[in-house]
Amino acid sequence: MRTYIFMFLLCSGMIAQNNECNYTLSGKIIDLHDNSVLPGATLIIAGFEKVATSDLEGNYSFSNLCKGTFTIQISHPNCETQAFKVRISDNVKRNFKLEHHLEELNAITLSAEIYGNKTKTIFEQKITEKQLDRFSSSSLGDILNTMSGVSSLNTGNAVVKPIINGVHSSRVVVMNNGVRMEDQEWGAEHAPSIDVNTIGNITLIKGAGALKYSGDAVGGIIVTEAAKIPVKDTIYGKTHVTAATNGRGGNLTSTLTKSYANGWYGSIQGSMKRFGDYEAPDYVLSNTGIFERSISARIGINHYDHGLEAYYSYFKNEIGILRASHIGGASDQVRAINSGTPLIIRDFTYDIDAPKQDVTHHLFKIRGFKNFKNIGKVTLQYDFQRNERLEFDVRRSSDDDDRASLDLALNSQTIRLDLDTDNTELFNLNTGIMGQYQKNVANPNTGVRRLIPDYERFNLGIYGVADFSITDNFLVEVGGRFDYFYIDAQKFYRSSFWEDRNYDVLFPEIVVEEFGNQLLTNPKLDYSNVSATLGTRYTFNDNYTLFTNYSVASRAPNPSELFSEGLHHSASRIELGDLSFNSEIAHKVSITLQKQGTTFGFSVNPYISFINDFMIIEPTEIQQTIRGNFQVWEYRQTNATLMGLDIDASVTFTKNLNFSHQFSLVKGYDETLDLPLIDMPPVNTTNSLVYQNSELKNLRIELQSEYTFRQNEFPDNNFEAFIPETNTLELVDVSTPPDAYHLLHLRTNADFNLGKNSMLHVGVAVTNLFDTNYRNYLNRLRYYADDLGRNFSINLKITY
Amino acid sequence: MKTFKFSILTILAITSLLFTACSSDDDAPAPVNEEEVITTVTVSLTNGGNTITLVSRDLDGDGPNDPVFTISGNLAASTTYLGSVVLLNETETPAENITTEVTEEDLEHQLFYTVGGNLDLTTSNFNLDSAGNILGTTFQLTTGAASTGSFTVTLRHEPTKPNTGLADAGGETDVSATFTNVTIQ
Repeated sequence: MRTYIFMFLLCSGMIAQNNECNYTLSGKIIDLHDNSVLPGATLIIAGFEKVATSDLEGNYSFSNLCKGTFTIQISHPNCETQAFKVRISDNVKRNFKLEHHLEELNAITLSAEIYGNKTKTIFEQKITEKQLDRFSSSSLGDILNTMSGVSSLNTGNAVVKPIINGVHSSRVVVMNNGVRMEDQEWGAEHAPSIDVNTIGNITLIKGAGALKYSGDAVGGIIVTEAAKIPVKDTIYGKTHVTAATNGRGGNLTSTLTKSYANGWYGSIQGSMKRFGDYEAPDYVLSNTGIFERSISARIGINHYDHGLEAYYSYFKNEIGILRASHIGGASDQVRAINSGTPLIIRDFTYDIDAPKQDVTHHLFKIRGFKNFKNIGKVTLQYDFQRNERLEFDVRRSSDDDDRASLDLALNSQTIRLDLDTDNTELFNLNTGIMGQYQKNVANPNTGVRRLIPDYERFNLGIYGVADFSITDNFLVEVGGRFDYFYIDAQKFYRSSFWEDRNYDVLFPEIVVEEFGNQLLTNPKLDYSNVSATLGTRYTFNDNYTLFTNYSVASRAPNPSELFSEGLHHSASRIELGDLSFNSEIAHKVSITLQKQGTTFGFSVNPYISFINDFMIIEPTEIQQTIRGNFQVWEYRQTNATLMGLDIDASVTFTKNLNFSHQFSLVKGYDETLDLPLIDMPPVNTTNSLVYQNSELKNLRIELQSEYTFRQNEFPDNNFEAFIPETNTLELVDVSTPPDAYHLLHLRTNADFNLGKNSMLHVGVAVTNLFDTNYRNYLNRLRYYADDLGRNFSINLKITY
Repeated sequence: MKTFKFSILTILAITSLLFTACSSDDDAPAPVNEEEVITTVTVSLTNGGNTITLVSRDLDGDGPNDPVFTISGNLAASTTYLGSVVLLNETETPAENITTEVTEEDLEHQLFYTVGGNLDLTTSNFNLDSAGNILGTTFQLTTGAASTGSFTVTLRHEPTKPNTGLADAGGETDVSATFTNVTIQ
């Protein structure tokens, strides 16, 4: 803090001169995101020895001020320090808004526990961090799943992909520590390559409004940030151990941080997670083990007006895919679906065999910022990412078991320059420019034709977002972004497909060479995308806030949508992309009414989005092959409408007892075919009763009920397959959603002091308390096996 | 402040280096021949000097073209044939004989022959794997009265052995070729 004051006094230049010195300046310090008051903020008038602190109600005041223009620097432990200009010619009342981490104002930020006990200053990252602690051995997708409006597309229980308001994959952007994750997120069975233990807090933005990060987040943006490091001489760390019965494994993670009062800091973290086969209530889910390792380090210097940070993380994850889900053709599919239990059930093991995924992700980032007087904060960032994805299929010859069927390496480099002007009185401007170069290389030694071709991609983006405070209670935001993409691919097509698709007439010029029954082509594609956002925020009656936002997002087709062509073993279907796709454009209107209160709070968020040229994959025909019949799934473009409603509410009965409710509903329709969209999350509601007692070792007991309705709106993609042994045609039911289900979870935790600077947090949890058999519509392996059974887990966290 | 400016310059320099260094290789990728695919199933049925062949060929694998089925002639009634199967991957040159691979890993594979419609024939005397269970790359086929129907060849990978037929064999289907209109005269 002293450093800040000192730095600021040195740098400030706005000095006022006048004789009358009896004015006052007073008001409140408010959290920008949820309009709660911020106690304990420090205000300094630059150039004068005047300091004030906000009280428990967030009030501050300065007296004996002279006429003139002043710069006030406001800092708060949980917020970025900001400077504001104020003109004094009378007694002035002015509220200042500080923000936690994000520069977006309208995009609605939600946290799972936004309505936490009022004894804390709510919506703090501390709460989020605590939440994260309970999920130390889970995946990012599982954690996001606890928020309203978010569900997940699962492949088994280890590959969990977030779905935001009904859409997923390339429509959901993950910003990891300021870096957009480039981890081949186009694949429905590709989970985000992030270790949750590297995350200090998560912010979810439902919608494309955060144009600073991207213009193509049709669904939304997930922002994860590392824990903040204080500017003081200290060393601290935490070690977290989790053990669980289901999967008979656990997780070990440790973090150590050293910081100095001169601004320098360093932090190192490592995790290891190992689970064997998970279990459904009635059987072992063979080959569903997981082995995840991660290490990360950061080092930097942080001052009020400049800073520099370097960050590196390594993530490696080996995931077994349910053995019984690997099938060869429609007749196997009939057997697997009709059997009711997995066709392959073996004894429990920690071994992970084919089919499996082995993903490695490297992320390096270097970021520097400087605050320029009268301009604002300028940030320059460079990042390098390498994502290696190996997928192993069950091969005909066991000699080939160690040979991947898919072997892709994606290298991405991004440089971005951002400018944030925070210190103008009426209007804030965030603007920036970014460039990215990406190169994908598919290893030809797999003996399996490339699912995704070699390609290079260039992206240039430029954005600007401005907000205007019309009054203290009313704010308008407007922004725009332009992106240019250029893809230069080298793709082999099968001659038969090339002709079948009429590409020989449409794109004869891109053929480079002919190899037997394959053609090497060189598609060069470019896309120019415009995105925009317009929104307002209105606060009334102190506790209510109304957010309205309209956004346009444009998304260029991803490599899978463009180039897919062939059998996708993990889905037992033939998938076909289309070279002639153009960008999909989504218009979304979202309204949120939020109420804050000590005893009762809620947020209600209806939304509707119209997506033109929505890229969707759906079954078109049955393809006969020598292995029997396969369903052909083709990408096509259509117009889609998605609408929904997310509700959060919480009631505090007594000091110790709290009830919270969550409800998410989403409906999606294909307007061209007048049919429901496939894989729409069913209606679900989560209700929890929490007992918390800060006087009794911070004891917390939570009983949570999770009810998922049956999805009643779905397209009928069933087909008939010939079964040689019975000489009949049988219906392959790949459409009918599973029944509704209800799960109960019990979680408890308590804190114990271990001396002066050390604390032990103990948590015990039981999920799926009654060992309920259920299948999840959004689990791609639901045809073959039940979902997870009961799990007892214990986790110990020591902070020191 | 000086160090800060220096760092910014360094970042810029490193970045521009990396950008240029990584975008210079434009080598054309090599084609990948599908090794896992079986394009051709040939069933040869021999009785003395008389051989009937049933061929299912799908040269584009899981591409859009359907397999092409050819039956060289009709089977004679009440006759015993010696049957054998050859599986080929003809996307490679020369064609790879998959039957060799199947025979080498005989415990992991089994061939099944099923009859549909009115076709009056039976299969028996299959060759065995090293554990004494059925492998089925060679067999005996006995025809009955004049009739017409379908004949399906199925190759299962990792089946349960022994089994009583396709229904309880489990495993994954690597080949399922149905010859319709097989005629016994």
